[in-house]
Amino acid sequence: MKAAVVVFPGSNCDRDCKVAIERSAGARVEMVWHQETALPDDLDLIVLPGGFSYGDYLRCGAMAAQSPVMKEVVSAAAKGVAVVGICNGFQVLTEVGLLPGALLRNAGLKYVCKPVGLDIVNGQTRFTAGYGEQRQAVMTVGNGEGNYFADEETLDRIEGEGQVVFRYQENPNGSARAIAGIVNAGGNVLGLMPHPDRAFDADLGSEDGAVLFRSIFQSA
Amino acid sequence: MKATVHVFLKPGVLDVQGKAVENALHGLGWPSVKDARVGRVIEFDLAETDAEKAKAEVKTMCEKLLANTVIESYRIDVA
Repeated sequence: MKAAVVVFPGSNCDRDCKVAIERSAGARVEMVWHQETALPDDLDLIVLPGGFSYGDYLRCGAMAAQSPVMKEVVSAAAKGVAVVGICNGFQVLTEVGLLPGALLRNAGLKYVCKPVGLDIVNGQTRFTAGYGEQRQAVMTVGNGEGNYFADEETLDRIEGEGQVVFRYQENPNGSARAIAGIVNAGGNVLGLMPHPDRAFDADLGSEDGAVLFRSIFQSA
Repeated sequence: MKATVHVFLKPGVLDVQGKAVENALHGLGWPSVKDARVGRVIEFDLAETDAEKAKAEVKTMCEKLLANTVIESYRIDVA
């Protein structure tokens, strides 16, 4: 059981992700600098963490999407390795084209940081299978640009294909159809704005994020 | 040649910054201001001397990096 957390200049949840994965799933976690041109062997999971990669220059995630390591992430994703992009990581995944849509400035213009209730819309993915009968989860959001956008046709398609995985119970940022997290068509790339890495211990107010990390390794 | 790229959110994509600027202008006594949009301008020099070729090159740059065509449209000027 092995995971890699990619570290971009400006990532600030990379350590949180490492600790969250180690404690939730007991997996070994290597940190991978964005300039690397190779990933560690035999990875079960790659995480793109939250933060402000490259200072959010140009657009959130746009510069990170062009970094050398992302070529490797794209090729690992094509081979079926599980990839999770959290917050800024979700923005990077849309910018690099692994996930449809984009993240816009929050409709209320404010940075929103608070725990949110989520509906687990698709409990059959490798990221959510561990929730079993549990259909709701609490995680924390912390974003200024978490307003998920895609055209109506794309939204209809991803809803129809079961690619919408998490939905906000109360939409905090204007996201289209209250979408909080989606998977790619292959089901191995997840992007979500809420932070499972800030919800892996009762002391943090929720342990629901730990289930997500455990699920990935149970299905690996 | 000098390239100037204007990037704006597409019509239909909510421009919350534009909305905020518009509201502020209303508050400052310009109630007739409508449809304010906030975009970005990117300028750079190119070695290419043929305007058509330069434009084509910049278009590729826009598609690859300068604009996210899911949400943004762009306009290119070369001179």
